[in-house]
Amino acid sequence: MTILTANQLAVGYDGKIVCDHINFQVEEGDYVCIIGENGAGKSTLLKTLLGLNQPMEGSIVFAENLQKKEIGYLPQQTIVQRDFPASVEEIVLSGFQGKMGLRPFYNHKERKKAKENMETMQIADLAKKCYRELSGGQQQRVLLARALCATERLLLLDEPVTGLDPRTMVELYQLIQKLNDAGITIIMISHDISMSMQYAKHVLYLGHHSFFGTKEEYEKSEIGKKFSQLQEMEEKE
Amino acid sequence: MMEKLAFYLQHPFVQYALIVGVLIALCSSLLGVTLVLKRFSFIGDGLSHVAFGAMSVAAVLGLTDNTVLVLPVTIICAILLLCRGQNTQMKGDAAIAMLSVTALAFGYLCSNIFSTSANLSGDVCTTLFGSISILTLRKEEVWMCMVLSVVVVLFFILFYHKIFDVTFDENFARAVGTKVDAFHFVLSIIIAVIIVLAMKLVGSLLVSALIIFPALSSMRLFQSFKGVTICSAVISVICAFSGILISILAGTPVGATVVGVDVLVFGVCWCLGRLHGGE
Repeated sequence: MTILTANQLAVGYDGKIVCDHINFQVEEGDYVCIIGENGAGKSTLLKTLLGLNQPMEGSIVFAENLQKKEIGYLPQQTIVQRDFPASVEEIVLSGFQGKMGLRPFYNHKERKKAKENMETMQIADLAKKCYRELSGGQQQRVLLARALCATERLLLLDEPVTGLDPRTMVELYQLIQKLNDAGITIIMISHDISMSMQYAKHVLYLGHHSFFGTKEEYEKSEIGKKFSQLQEMEEKE
Repeated sequence: MMEKLAFYLQHPFVQYALIVGVLIALCSSLLGVTLVLKRFSFIGDGLSHVAFGAMSVAAVLGLTDNTVLVLPVTIICAILLLCRGQNTQMKGDAAIAMLSVTALAFGYLCSNIFSTSANLSGDVCTTLFGSISILTLRKEEVWMCMVLSVVVVLFFILFYHKIFDVTFDENFARAVGTKVDAFHFVLSIIIAVIIVLAMKLVGSLLVSALIIFPALSSMRLFQSFKGVTICSAVISVICAFSGILISILAGTPVGATVVGVDVLVFGVCWCLGRLHGGE
Protein backbone atom coordinates (compact mmCIF):
# COMPACT_ATOMS: atom_id res chain seq x y z
CA MET A 1 0.00 0.00 0.00
CA THR A 2 1.32 3.44 -0.89
CA ILE A 3 1.39 5.66 2.16
CA LEU A 4 3.04 8.74 0.71
CA THR A 5 3.23 10.22 -2.78
CA ALA A 6 5.10 13.36 -3.81
CA ASN A 7 4.04 14.88 -7.09
CA GLN A 8 6.17 17.49 -8.89
CA LEU A 9 7.06 18.70 -5.43
CA ALA A 10 9.20 21.78 -4.92
CA VAL A 11 10.60 22.48 -1.48
CA GLY A 12 12.24 25.53 0.01
CA TYR A 13 11.96 28.15 2.70
CA ASP A 14 11.55 31.91 2.99
CA GLY A 15 10.02 31.94 -0.48
CA LYS A 16 13.09 30.43 -2.13
CA ILE A 17 12.92 27.08 -3.89
CA VAL A 18 15.80 24.83 -2.93
CA CYS A 19 14.87 21.77 -4.94
CA ASP A 20 12.06 21.10 -7.39
CA HIS A 21 10.59 18.38 -9.64
CA ILE A 22 10.70 15.84 -6.85
CA ASN A 23 8.62 12.76 -7.58
CA PHE A 24 8.51 9.66 -5.47
CA GLN A 25 6.26 7.34 -3.62
CA VAL A 26 6.74 5.39 -0.44
CA GLU A 27 5.15 2.01 0.18
CA GLU A 28 4.19 0.65 3.56
CA GLY A 29 7.24 -1.09 5.04
CA ASP A 30 9.63 0.64 2.65
CA TYR A 31 13.13 1.84 3.54
CA VAL A 32 13.94 4.99 1.61
CA CYS A 33 17.28 6.72 1.74
CA ILE A 34 17.47 10.37 0.78
CA ILE A 35 20.91 11.37 -0.45
CA GLY A 36 22.43 14.36 -2.18
CA GLU A 37 25.04 17.01 -1.73
CA ASN A 38 25.01 19.52 1.11
CA GLY A 39 22.37 22.15 0.54
CA ALA A 40 20.49 19.98 -1.95
CA GLY A 41 17.36 20.33 0.18
CA LYS A 42 17.28 17.02 2.00
CA SER A 43 16.37 18.41 5.41
CA THR A 44 13.98 20.87 3.83
CA LEU A 45 12.21 18.01 2.08
CA LEU A 46 11.90 16.14 5.34
CA LYS A 47 10.50 19.20 7.07
CA THR A 48 8.04 19.65 4.24
CA LEU A 49 6.92 16.04 4.60
CA LEU A 50 6.38 16.70 8.29
CA GLY A 51 4.39 19.83 7.60
CA LEU A 52 6.94 22.12 9.22
CA ASN A 53 7.44 23.84 5.88
CA GLN A 54 4.81 24.34 3.23
CA PRO A 55 5.39 22.79 -0.21
CA MET A 56 6.33 25.57 -2.66
CA GLU A 57 4.79 23.73 -5.58
CA GLY A 58 3.29 20.35 -6.28
CA SER A 59 1.74 18.15 -3.68
CA ILE A 60 2.32 15.54 -1.04
CA VAL A 61 -0.45 13.01 -0.65
CA PHE A 62 -0.59 10.81 2.40
CA ALA A 63 -2.58 7.60 2.57
CA GLU A 64 -5.99 8.36 3.94
CA ASN A 65 -5.52 6.28 7.05
CA LEU A 66 -2.21 7.90 7.98
CA GLN A 67 -2.61 10.79 10.37
CA LYS A 68 -0.03 13.46 10.94
CA LYS A 69 0.20 12.33 14.54
CA GLU A 70 1.38 8.93 13.39
CA ILE A 71 4.66 10.15 11.96
CA GLY A 72 7.75 9.79 14.10
CA TYR A 73 10.62 12.19 13.58
CA LEU A 74 14.26 12.10 14.55
CA PRO A 75 15.57 15.64 14.04
CA GLN A 76 19.17 16.72 13.88
CA GLN A 77 20.42 17.65 17.30
CA THR A 78 20.27 21.28 18.28
CA ILE A 79 22.62 23.23 20.55
CA VAL A 80 19.82 23.59 23.05
CA GLN A 81 19.71 19.85 23.59
CA ARG A 82 23.38 19.31 24.21
CA ASP A 83 23.33 20.50 27.81
CA PHE A 84 19.65 20.10 28.55
CA PRO A 85 18.84 18.85 32.04
CA ALA A 86 16.33 16.12 31.31
CA SER A 87 16.16 12.47 32.19
CA VAL A 88 15.96 9.87 29.44
CA GLU A 89 12.52 8.86 30.61
CA GLU A 90 11.18 12.40 30.35
CA ILE A 91 12.41 12.74 26.80
CA VAL A 92 11.09 9.39 25.62
CA LEU A 93 7.68 10.08 27.15
CA SER A 94 7.48 13.41 25.36
CA GLY A 95 7.02 11.43 22.16
CA PHE A 96 3.38 10.96 23.15
CA GLN A 97 2.77 14.71 23.07
CA GLY A 98 0.82 14.64 19.84
CA LYS A 99 -1.55 11.99 21.06
CA MET A 100 -2.37 13.72 24.33
CA GLY A 101 -4.35 16.67 23.12
CA LEU A 102 -5.17 18.77 26.16
CA ARG A 103 -4.79 15.98 28.69
CA PRO A 104 -2.09 17.26 31.05
CA PHE A 105 -0.46 14.03 32.21
CA TYR A 106 0.70 10.73 30.74
CA ASN A 107 -1.39 7.67 31.46
CA HIS A 108 -0.33 4.23 32.53
CA LYS A 109 -0.49 2.77 29.02
CA GLU A 110 1.84 5.43 27.67
CA ARG A 111 4.35 4.90 30.44
CA LYS A 112 4.34 1.18 29.72
CA LYS A 113 4.80 1.76 26.01
CA ALA A 114 7.64 4.18 26.66
CA LYS A 115 9.35 1.51 28.74
CA GLU A 116 8.95 -1.02 25.95
CA ASN A 117 10.42 1.40 23.44
CA MET A 118 13.37 2.04 25.72
CA GLU A 119 13.92 -1.69 25.89
CA THR A 120 13.78 -1.97 22.11
CA MET A 121 16.43 0.72 21.90
CA GLN A 122 18.45 -0.94 24.67
CA ILE A 123 18.43 2.11 26.90
CA ALA A 124 16.06 0.88 29.63
CA ASP A 125 18.87 0.94 32.18
CA LEU A 126 19.51 4.60 31.42
CA ALA A 127 15.93 5.73 32.14
CA LYS A 128 16.84 7.94 35.11
CA LYS A 129 20.10 9.17 33.63
CA CYS A 130 20.58 12.70 32.43
CA TYR A 131 20.48 13.19 28.69
CA ARG A 132 23.51 15.47 28.55
CA GLU A 133 25.72 12.85 30.19
CA LEU A 134 25.06 10.20 27.54
CA SER A 135 27.30 9.39 24.61
CA GLY A 136 26.30 10.47 21.13
CA GLY A 137 25.04 7.02 20.20
CA GLN A 138 22.99 6.74 23.37
CA GLN A 139 21.48 10.16 22.78
CA GLN A 140 20.39 9.15 19.30
CA ARG A 141 18.79 6.01 20.68
CA VAL A 142 16.88 8.09 23.21
CA LEU A 143 15.56 10.29 20.42
CA LEU A 144 14.69 7.18 18.39
CA ALA A 145 12.76 5.77 21.32
CA ARG A 146 10.90 9.05 21.53
CA ALA A 147 10.09 8.93 17.83
CA LEU A 148 8.80 5.40 18.33
CA CYS A 149 6.40 6.69 20.96
CA ALA A 150 4.98 9.02 18.35
CA THR A 151 4.57 6.40 15.64
CA GLU A 152 4.10 2.79 14.82
CA ARG A 153 4.12 3.30 11.07
CA LEU A 154 6.40 5.92 9.61
CA LEU A 155 9.75 7.20 10.85
CA LEU A 156 11.56 10.16 9.34
CA LEU A 157 15.23 10.28 10.29
CA ASP A 158 17.47 13.27 9.64
CA GLU A 159 21.07 12.06 9.54
CA PRO A 160 20.81 9.78 12.53
CA VAL A 161 24.45 8.66 12.50
CA THR A 162 26.23 12.00 12.18
CA GLY A 163 29.11 12.33 14.59
CA LEU A 164 29.07 8.74 15.77
CA ASP A 165 32.04 6.42 15.74
CA PRO A 166 31.93 3.56 13.20
CA ARG A 167 30.90 0.85 15.62
CA THR A 168 28.05 2.84 17.16
CA MET A 169 27.03 3.77 13.64
CA VAL A 170 26.67 0.13 12.62
CA GLU A 171 24.74 -0.62 15.79
CA LEU A 172 22.33 2.21 15.10
CA TYR A 173 21.83 1.08 11.50
CA GLN A 174 21.05 -2.40 12.75
CA LEU A 175 18.52 -1.03 15.21
CA ILE A 176 16.82 0.93 12.47
CA GLN A 177 16.83 -2.18 10.29
CA LYS A 178 15.16 -4.06 13.12
CA LEU A 179 12.41 -1.45 13.24
CA ASN A 180 11.98 -1.75 9.50
CA ASP A 181 11.71 -5.52 9.80
CA ALA A 182 8.98 -4.97 12.36
CA GLY A 183 6.98 -3.18 9.67
CA ILE A 184 7.80 0.47 10.30
CA THR A 185 8.38 2.50 7.16
CA ILE A 186 11.69 4.35 7.22
CA ILE A 187 12.63 7.52 5.38
CA MET A 188 16.18 8.51 6.19
CA ILE A 189 18.58 11.24 5.18
CA SER A 190 22.12 10.01 5.10
CA HIS A 191 25.57 11.29 4.27
CA ASP A 192 27.06 7.88 4.46
CA ILE A 193 26.20 6.38 1.08
CA SER A 194 27.92 3.03 1.28
CA MET A 195 26.41 2.15 4.62
CA SER A 196 22.89 3.28 3.90
CA MET A 197 23.00 1.46 0.56
CA GLN A 198 23.33 -1.78 2.46
CA TYR A 199 19.99 -1.30 4.12
CA ALA A 200 17.85 0.89 1.84
CA LYS A 201 15.25 -0.51 -0.51
CA HIS A 202 14.71 2.72 -2.43
CA VAL A 203 16.93 5.69 -3.03
CA LEU A 204 15.90 9.29 -3.53
CA TYR A 205 18.70 11.45 -4.88
CA LEU A 206 18.14 15.20 -4.67
CA GLY A 207 20.01 17.46 -7.00
CA HIS A 208 19.64 19.22 -10.36
CA HIS A 209 18.08 16.07 -11.72
CA SER A 210 16.45 14.24 -8.90
CA PHE A 211 16.27 10.51 -9.07
CA PHE A 212 14.01 7.99 -7.42
CA GLY A 213 14.16 4.24 -7.80
CA THR A 214 15.16 1.02 -6.19
CA LYS A 215 18.66 0.63 -4.89
CA GLU A 216 19.65 -1.49 -7.90
CA GLU A 217 18.27 1.04 -10.35
CA TYR A 218 20.14 3.80 -8.60
CA GLU A 219 23.45 1.96 -8.67
CA LYS A 220 23.14 1.48 -12.43
CA SER A 221 22.02 5.02 -13.17
CA GLU A 222 24.33 7.80 -14.38
CA ILE A 223 23.58 9.92 -11.32
CA GLY A 224 24.35 7.06 -9.00
CA LYS A 225 27.71 6.33 -10.59
CA LYS A 226 28.72 9.96 -10.67
CA PHE A 227 27.67 10.63 -7.11
CA SER A 228 29.41 7.63 -5.64
CA GLN A 229 32.59 8.59 -7.49
CA LEU A 230 32.33 12.04 -5.97
CA GLN A 231 31.87 10.54 -2.54
CA GLU A 232 34.88 8.31 -2.94
CA MET A 233 36.99 11.25 -3.98
CA GLU A 234 35.87 13.17 -0.93
CA GLU A 235 36.68 10.28 1.32
CA LYS A 236 40.18 9.98 -0.12
CA GLU A 237 40.81 13.62 0.58
CA MET B 1 16.60 41.15 66.23
CA MET B 2 13.58 38.85 66.35
CA GLU B 3 11.65 41.56 68.14
CA LYS B 4 12.49 44.05 65.45
CA LEU B 5 11.37 41.56 62.83
CA ALA B 6 8.12 40.82 64.66
CA PHE B 7 7.49 44.53 64.96
CA TYR B 8 7.91 45.07 61.24
CA LEU B 9 5.84 42.03 60.32
CA GLN B 10 2.83 43.53 62.05
CA HIS B 11 2.62 46.23 59.43
CA PRO B 12 0.43 45.39 56.49
CA PHE B 13 2.85 46.95 53.99
CA VAL B 14 5.58 44.56 55.06
CA GLN B 15 3.20 41.62 54.82
CA TYR B 16 2.12 42.75 51.37
CA ALA B 17 5.71 43.10 50.27
CA LEU B 18 6.50 39.58 51.46
CA ILE B 19 3.46 38.01 49.81
CA VAL B 20 3.97 39.78 46.51
CA GLY B 21 7.72 39.26 46.57
CA VAL B 22 7.45 35.53 47.14
CA LEU B 23 4.74 35.09 44.49
CA ILE B 24 6.65 37.05 41.89
CA ALA B 25 9.78 35.08 42.65
CA LEU B 26 7.86 31.83 42.27
CA CYS B 27 6.39 32.77 38.89
CA SER B 28 9.58 34.20 37.47
CA SER B 29 11.61 31.16 38.47
CA LEU B 30 9.17 28.78 36.77
CA LEU B 31 9.44 30.83 33.64
CA GLY B 32 13.20 31.11 33.98
CA VAL B 33 13.83 27.42 33.41
CA THR B 34 12.24 27.54 29.97
CA LEU B 35 13.82 30.85 29.04
CA VAL B 36 17.33 29.85 30.08
CA LEU B 37 17.12 26.50 28.31
CA LYS B 38 15.77 28.07 25.16
CA ARG B 39 18.70 30.52 25.20
CA PHE B 40 16.40 33.40 25.93
CA SER B 41 17.93 34.60 29.17
CA PHE B 42 18.18 38.07 27.74
CA ILE B 43 14.53 38.41 26.94
CA GLY B 44 13.74 39.33 30.53
CA ASP B 45 16.34 42.04 30.40
CA GLY B 46 15.12 43.39 27.08
CA LEU B 47 11.48 43.42 28.11
CA SER B 48 12.17 45.08 31.41
CA HIS B 49 13.88 47.91 29.58
CA VAL B 50 10.85 48.20 27.36
CA ALA B 51 8.71 48.37 30.47
CA PHE B 52 10.98 51.11 31.82
CA GLY B 53 10.53 53.10 28.61
CA ALA B 54 6.78 52.67 28.76
CA MET B 55 6.76 53.68 32.41
CA SER B 56 8.59 56.91 31.66
CA VAL B 57 6.13 57.73 28.91
CA ALA B 58 3.25 56.96 31.27
CA ALA B 59 4.75 59.29 33.85
CA VAL B 60 5.10 62.05 31.26
CA LEU B 61 1.50 61.57 30.17
CA GLY B 62 0.50 61.87 33.80
CA LEU B 63 -1.27 58.52 34.04
CA THR B 64 -2.06 57.68 37.64
CA ASP B 65 -2.05 53.94 37.04
CA ASN B 66 0.87 53.36 34.72
CA THR B 67 0.12 49.61 34.37
CA VAL B 68 -2.53 50.54 31.81
CA LEU B 69 0.18 51.60 29.41
CA VAL B 70 3.15 49.56 30.57
CA LEU B 71 1.50 46.14 30.45
CA PRO B 72 0.13 46.28 26.89
CA VAL B 73 3.36 47.72 25.51
CA THR B 74 5.44 45.04 27.20
CA ILE B 75 3.10 42.29 26.05
CA ILE B 76 3.29 43.49 22.46
CA CYS B 77 7.08 43.57 22.56
CA ALA B 78 7.20 40.13 24.13
CA ILE B 79 5.03 38.72 21.37
CA LEU B 80 7.16 40.42 18.73
CA LEU B 81 10.34 38.99 20.20
CA LEU B 82 9.18 35.46 20.92
CA CYS B 83 6.78 34.72 18.14
CA ARG B 84 8.92 35.29 15.10
CA GLY B 85 10.61 32.11 13.89
CA GLN B 86 12.29 30.46 16.85
CA ASN B 87 14.95 28.93 14.69
CA THR B 88 16.55 32.26 13.92
CA GLN B 89 18.44 32.58 17.17
CA MET B 90 21.08 35.03 16.09
CA LYS B 91 18.59 37.55 14.83
CA GLY B 92 16.57 37.20 18.02
CA ASP B 93 19.67 38.09 19.96
CA ALA B 94 20.22 41.30 18.06
CA ALA B 95 16.53 42.18 18.13
CA ILE B 96 16.43 41.97 21.91
CA ALA B 97 19.56 44.08 22.30
CA MET B 98 18.20 46.68 19.88
CA LEU B 99 14.80 46.89 21.49
CA SER B 100 16.16 47.11 25.00
CA VAL B 101 18.59 49.97 24.42
CA THR B 102 16.09 51.85 22.29
CA ALA B 103 13.47 51.67 25.01
CA LEU B 104 15.97 52.62 27.68
CA ALA B 105 17.25 55.64 25.78
CA PHE B 106 13.80 56.73 24.71
CA GLY B 107 12.41 56.38 28.22
CA TYR B 108 15.15 58.42 29.81
CA LEU B 109 14.96 61.02 27.06
CA CYS B 110 11.22 61.40 27.56
CA SER B 111 11.40 61.77 31.28
CA ASN B 112 14.28 64.21 30.93
CA ILE B 113 12.63 66.50 28.40
CA PHE B 114 9.11 66.50 29.76
CA SER B 115 9.82 65.92 33.40
CA THR B 116 7.83 67.80 36.01
CA SER B 117 9.55 66.10 38.89
CA ALA B 118 12.09 67.90 41.00
CA ASN B 119 14.10 64.79 41.59
CA LEU B 120 14.54 63.21 38.18
CA SER B 121 17.55 61.04 38.92
CA GLY B 122 15.84 59.78 42.06
CA ASP B 123 12.76 58.78 40.05
CA VAL B 124 14.79 57.06 37.38
CA CYS B 125 16.84 55.27 39.98
CA THR B 126 13.68 54.01 41.65
CA THR B 127 12.33 52.60 38.41
CA LEU B 128 15.64 51.01 37.55
CA PHE B 129 16.40 49.47 40.92
CA GLY B 130 12.99 49.10 42.50
CA SER B 131 13.75 50.22 46.05
CA ILE B 132 10.54 51.54 47.53
CA SER B 133 7.69 50.62 45.21
CA ILE B 134 7.40 47.16 46.78
CA LEU B 135 6.64 48.80 50.12
CA THR B 136 3.93 51.05 48.75
CA LEU B 137 1.65 48.33 47.38
CA ARG B 138 -2.08 48.77 47.62
CA LYS B 139 -4.41 45.98 48.60
CA GLU B 140 -5.80 45.67 45.05
CA GLU B 141 -2.31 45.20 43.69
CA VAL B 142 -1.67 42.41 46.15
CA TRP B 143 -4.88 40.68 45.08
CA MET B 144 -4.09 41.10 41.42
CA CYS B 145 -0.66 39.66 42.00
CA MET B 146 -2.12 36.66 43.82
CA VAL B 147 -4.63 35.93 41.08
CA LEU B 148 -2.01 36.21 38.37
CA SER B 149 0.36 33.94 40.24
CA VAL B 150 -2.32 31.29 40.60
CA VAL B 151 -2.97 31.53 36.86
CA VAL B 152 0.73 31.20 36.05
CA VAL B 153 1.26 28.26 38.38
CA LEU B 154 -1.84 26.50 37.03
CA PHE B 155 -0.61 27.06 33.49
CA PHE B 156 2.69 25.47 34.40
CA ILE B 157 1.11 22.45 36.02
CA LEU B 158 -1.43 21.81 33.28
CA PHE B 159 0.95 22.36 30.41
CA TYR B 160 4.06 21.04 32.09
CA HIS B 161 4.68 18.30 29.54
CA LYS B 162 3.96 20.59 26.63
CA ILE B 163 6.39 23.13 28.04
CA PHE B 164 9.02 20.43 28.31
CA ASP B 165 8.41 19.27 24.78
CA VAL B 166 8.52 22.70 23.21
CA THR B 167 11.60 23.66 25.21
CA PHE B 168 13.52 20.52 24.46
CA ASP B 169 12.73 20.13 20.79
CA GLU B 170 10.55 22.60 19.01
CA ASN B 171 10.71 20.91 15.63
CA PHE B 172 9.69 17.57 17.04
CA ALA B 173 6.85 19.18 18.97
CA ARG B 174 5.65 20.85 15.80
CA ALA B 175 5.97 17.62 13.85
CA VAL B 176 3.75 15.68 16.23
CA GLY B 177 1.14 18.41 16.08
CA THR B 178 1.73 20.55 19.18
CA LYS B 179 0.56 24.07 18.59
CA VAL B 180 3.96 25.63 19.19
CA ASP B 181 3.00 29.10 17.98
CA ALA B 182 -0.02 29.32 20.23
CA PHE B 183 2.17 28.16 23.06
CA HIS B 184 4.75 30.86 22.39
CA PHE B 185 1.99 33.41 22.22
CA VAL B 186 0.70 32.50 25.68
CA LEU B 187 4.22 32.25 27.02
CA SER B 188 5.15 35.73 25.85
CA ILE B 189 2.05 37.21 27.48
CA ILE B 190 2.95 35.51 30.74
CA ILE B 191 6.54 36.71 30.54
CA ALA B 192 5.41 40.27 29.99
CA VAL B 193 2.97 40.15 32.91
CA ILE B 194 5.58 38.70 35.24
CA ILE B 195 8.16 41.25 34.25
CA VAL B 196 5.83 44.16 34.82
CA LEU B 197 4.97 42.72 38.23
CA ALA B 198 8.56 41.90 39.07
CA MET B 199 9.64 45.45 38.31
CA LYS B 200 7.81 46.51 41.45
CA LEU B 201 9.96 44.16 43.45
CA VAL B 202 13.44 44.58 42.07
CA GLY B 203 13.22 47.34 39.48
CA SER B 204 13.75 47.00 35.77
CA LEU B 205 17.51 46.52 35.72
CA LEU B 206 17.42 43.56 38.08
CA VAL B 207 14.37 41.70 36.79
CA SER B 208 16.33 39.24 34.72
CA ALA B 209 18.26 38.19 37.81
CA LEU B 210 15.02 36.88 39.31
CA ILE B 211 14.34 34.95 36.13
CA ILE B 212 17.72 33.39 35.43
CA PHE B 213 19.47 32.82 38.76
CA PRO B 214 17.13 30.24 40.33
CA ALA B 215 17.06 28.26 37.09
CA LEU B 216 20.83 28.36 36.73
CA SER B 217 21.34 27.40 40.37
CA SER B 218 19.07 24.38 40.19
CA MET B 219 20.65 23.25 36.93
CA ARG B 220 23.90 22.79 38.84
CA LEU B 221 22.17 20.37 41.18
CA PHE B 222 19.51 18.48 39.25
CA GLN B 223 19.61 16.27 36.20
CA SER B 224 15.95 16.07 35.26
CA PHE B 225 13.61 18.74 33.99
CA LYS B 226 11.15 18.10 36.80
CA GLY B 227 13.91 18.34 39.40
CA VAL B 228 15.23 21.56 37.94
CA THR B 229 11.78 23.16 37.75
CA ILE B 230 10.79 22.32 41.31
CA CYS B 231 14.18 23.16 42.77
CA SER B 232 14.29 26.47 40.97
CA ALA B 233 10.88 27.43 42.37
CA VAL B 234 11.98 26.51 45.88
CA ILE B 235 15.28 28.37 45.62
CA SER B 236 13.60 31.45 44.24
CA VAL B 237 10.96 31.57 46.97
CA ILE B 238 13.53 31.12 49.72
CA CYS B 239 15.81 33.77 48.23
CA ALA B 240 13.02 36.30 47.84
CA PHE B 241 11.69 35.69 51.34
CA SER B 242 15.03 35.91 53.08
CA GLY B 243 16.15 38.75 50.84
CA ILE B 244 13.17 40.89 51.79
CA LEU B 245 13.60 40.10 55.49
CA ILE B 246 17.29 40.96 55.36
CA SER B 247 16.60 44.21 53.58
CA ILE B 248 14.04 45.16 56.24
CA LEU B 249 16.42 44.38 59.07
CA ALA B 250 19.52 45.87 57.52
CA GLY B 251 17.78 48.74 55.78
CA THR B 252 19.23 47.83 52.40
CA PRO B 253 17.39 48.26 49.08
CA VAL B 254 14.97 45.37 48.58
CA GLY B 255 15.70 44.52 44.95
CA ALA B 256 19.45 44.50 45.24
CA THR B 257 19.32 42.43 48.42
CA VAL B 258 17.07 39.78 46.89
CA VAL B 259 19.32 39.54 43.86
CA GLY B 260 22.34 39.41 46.15
CA VAL B 261 20.91 36.40 47.96
CA ASP B 262 20.16 34.80 44.59
CA VAL B 263 23.77 35.25 43.52
CA LEU B 264 25.00 33.82 46.79
CA VAL B 265 22.80 30.73 46.42
CA PHE B 266 24.02 30.31 42.86
CA GLY B 267 27.59 30.31 44.15
CA VAL B 268 26.76 27.65 46.72
CA CYS B 269 24.94 25.51 44.14
CA TRP B 270 27.82 25.84 41.74
CA CYS B 271 30.27 24.61 44.37
CA LEU B 272 27.96 21.75 45.33
CA GLY B 273 27.57 20.80 41.69
CA ARG B 274 31.33 20.75 41.21
CA LEU B 275 31.85 18.66 44.33
CA HIS B 276 29.13 16.23 43.39
CA GLY B 277 29.99 15.95 39.73
CA GLY B 278 33.69 15.79 40.49
CA GLU B 279 34.49 17.73 37.34
